[in-house]
Amino acid sequence: MITTVGRVVEHPVRRRVEQLMGMPVSLAVRGPGADDPAVETAWQAVLAELRWVDATFSTYRDDSAVSRINRGELTTAQAPPELREVLELAEAARRDTAGAFDVRYRRAVGDDRLDPSGVVKGWAIERAARHLAALEDVDHCLSGGGDLVCSAAPGRPVWRIGIEDPRRPSVLVATVPVRRGAVATSGAAHRGAHVLDARTGRPPVGVASVTVVADSLTAADVDATAAWAQGWQAASWLRGRPGRTGLVVWQDGTRTLIGAEPAA
Amino acid sequence: MRRIVIWLASTVTILVLIFGYHTSTNRTASVGVPSATAPVTPGGATSGAPSGAPSGGASSPSGASPTPSATSSGSAASKSYTGAEAQTQWGIVQVRITVTAGKITAVDVPEYPNENPRDAQINAYALPTLVQETLTAQNAEIDMVSGATVTSGGYLQSLQSALDQAGLS
Repeated sequence: MITTVGRVVEHPVRRRVEQLMGMPVSLAVRGPGADDPAVETAWQAVLAELRWVDATFSTYRDDSAVSRINRGELTTAQAPPELREVLELAEAARRDTAGAFDVRYRRAVGDDRLDPSGVVKGWAIERAARHLAALEDVDHCLSGGGDLVCSAAPGRPVWRIGIEDPRRPSVLVATVPVRRGAVATSGAAHRGAHVLDARTGRPPVGVASVTVVADSLTAADVDATAAWAQGWQAASWLRGRPGRTGLVVWQDGTRTLIGAEPAA
Repeated sequence: MRRIVIWLASTVTILVLIFGYHTSTNRTASVGVPSATAPVTPGGATSGAPSGAPSGGASSPSGASPTPSATSSGSAASKSYTGAEAQTQWGIVQVRITVTAGKITAVDVPEYPNENPRDAQINAYALPTLVQETLTAQNAEIDMVSGATVTSGGYLQSLQSALDQAGLS
């Protein structure tokens, strides 16, 4: 029943980065196979898939499926099945947040628009990472604009993830070790307020960033965005989500850990 | 989506806590931030398991953490710390680390349950540990950075760029 396993060997981390979908896509790999040519092949497959996602979902591209739906040239039934999959994820998030998270917004009466970017990023990175998961003897961590999915084989070192301060990007506010799982952070850093509480139409109040650690990056990304959209309710809402840990950084710099034993 | 297998989660949490503990200790010493590096729950070993998840069979690994007083800072001699045995549904797990000059130089797993290939599909993650430190590529003891919607425009000022450069050059 009991066996002995050897010493954990530290392998150097190999990195790649490419600008895609308006964000840096970063890959870190390590392990006995990290220098194999198969890694480059898998990386190119990841990039090709993300380019396809961008071409299909971007609201900045006139010819994307989402843009064509917004112009009334395409119905969701005619769109690629992946788009319907994303819309189903978005609908689940809308229900779970009592409407605070909504990928549909109203420009004017009778002019409802679709912007699924809040769901697409995590979903796309997680989906693309399957090319890396297929590699033998290679641990990977794939990040799209700060949302990442990691995998490290048993017996090899975990990935150590730093969470940056939303107010000072050169400062870390927390670290979290991840063997197999995902970390996503939502907040106003870098881009300014780009998420609105769909119930009020206003940016969330009180919260600077929300980080969620979960099994799946799709879930972590949606929950981080949904929690952030709820402002002061971010931490209490996140506590009610199963299987998550995380961190809320408030605008005054105080921090709330999610997943700790509840305070007595 | 993927099934969380508690036994390996607890195994890994042991490893991870030992890593996390010493890492933050080292940083406190080397970065020289007086009391800012404060793991909020140094003994919170079970926090990786979601509260709603079944906990049967997974013993609390809290006994596996080395006592903080055992850490001797500044000493160049190697010291080993062996964690307490953790009884899991699948067997006993035990972890030993070697620390040299305040850094972890080896992690051994002297006792480890037989590995079921299916159970290798695990998810194991822990609670974040609060820190407060400025990071450079030189002192980085992290592999990746999670930040709020890093865009290409903001990329240059992000920590990830430092890490990427360190790895690419």
